Amino acid sequence: MNVILQDYFPILVFIGIAAALSLVMVLASLVAAKQKPDSEKLSAYECGFDAFDDARRRFDVRFYLVAILFIIFDLEVAFLFPWAVALGDIGLFGFWSMMVFLGVLTVGFIYEWKKGALEWE
Amino acid sequence: MIQALVFYLFSAVLVASAVMVIAARNPVHSVLFLILAFFNAAGLFVLMGAEFLAMILVIVYVGAVAVLFLFVVMMLDINFLAMREGFIRYLPIGALVGLILLAELALAVGVWTVAPAALEAARQVAATPDPNTISNTLALGRILYTDYVYVFQASGLVLLVAMIGAIVLTLREREGVRRQVIARQVGRRREESIAVVKVPPRQGVS
Repeated sequence: MNVILQDYFPILVFIGIAAALSLVMVLASLVAAKQKPDSEKLSAYECGFDAFDDARRRFDVRFYLVAILFIIFDLEVAFLFPWAVALGDIGLFGFWSMMVFLGVLTVGFIYEWKKGALEWE
Repeated sequence: MIQALVFYLFSAVLVASAVMVIAARNPVHSVLFLILAFFNAAGLFVLMGAEFLAMILVIVYVGAVAVLFLFVVMMLDINFLAMREGFIRYLPIGALVGLILLAELALAVGVWTVAPAALEAARQVAATPDPNTISNTLALGRILYTDYVYVFQASGLVLLVAMIGAIVLTLREREGVRRQVIARQVGRRREESIAVVKVPPRQGVS
C-alpha cells in the first residue's frame, strides 16, 4: 500500500466514526424519542403575531466585496506554501520571483487601502 | 482493498451530491451539497497521491469560494418558484455543455486505451515524482517559481485585476457619511473645544 495513504488512514477512521456517530444520533432520536409532528413546531415564532416576511433578505453588497478580497489573499497564501517548503532548492531566483509576485499584490493592496474598500462606515 | 472501497465510497457520494446540487429545491442546500462534493473530491485527490491539491481544495474552495457562493445566493433576492421555471428553456444548452465535457473525457480515456505508447511518452517528458519519496508540495515548489515563472507572475497579475475589478464594480462612495479620522481626534486641543465662562449669579448663560 502507498505510504502517504497510510498517513491518511487515521483521518479515514475519524470520518468513519463521525459518520457513524451522527447517524446513530439521528436514528436514535427517531426511534427512542416521542414523535408528535405539528406544523406549528416548524413555523417561525415572532412573539405571538404572524411573521412579517421571509427571514431571507438581501445583503449589502459590501459583504461580497470583503469576501472577494479575502479569496484573493487566500489564493496568495496558497502560493506561499510550496514556496516556503521548496525555498532551499529554488535559490535566489525563486526567492525574488515570489517577491515580485507579492509586490504586484501589494500594489493591489495599497490601491484598496487608499480607495477605502477596507473601511466600514 | 481498502483503497478501492474508499474510492468507490468517495466517488458515489461525490456523484450523488453533485446531482443534489442541481436537484435541490433550496439554493442554500445546493451550496451545502457543493461543499460536500468538494470534500469528496479532496478525498479522491488524496487517494491519487495529490495531497497538496486536496488541501488547497479544502482551504480555497470550501473555505472561501463556497462561502462566496452562499453570499451570492443570499444576496440575490431569489424567487424559488421563478427559478424552477426555466428548466426546459435551458435544457438544450446545458445538455450541449454536458455532451462536450463527456466527449472530452471519452477522448482522454480513449487515447490511453488506443495508444498506450503515447501515454508512456508523455510520462517520459513530464515525469511525475514518486509521492512516496518526495512530498507533493516540495515537488510543486521546485518547478513553479523557477521553470514556470512567467505563468506564476501572470497568475499574480490575474489576482491583481480581480482585486481592482471587484473594488471598481462594488465600491460606492456614500454621501454624508461621517468617518472616524483618528488624526483629527488626537490633534484636538483644549482651547478649541472647551470655553470657560464666568456666569454671574441669577443670569445664566446666554
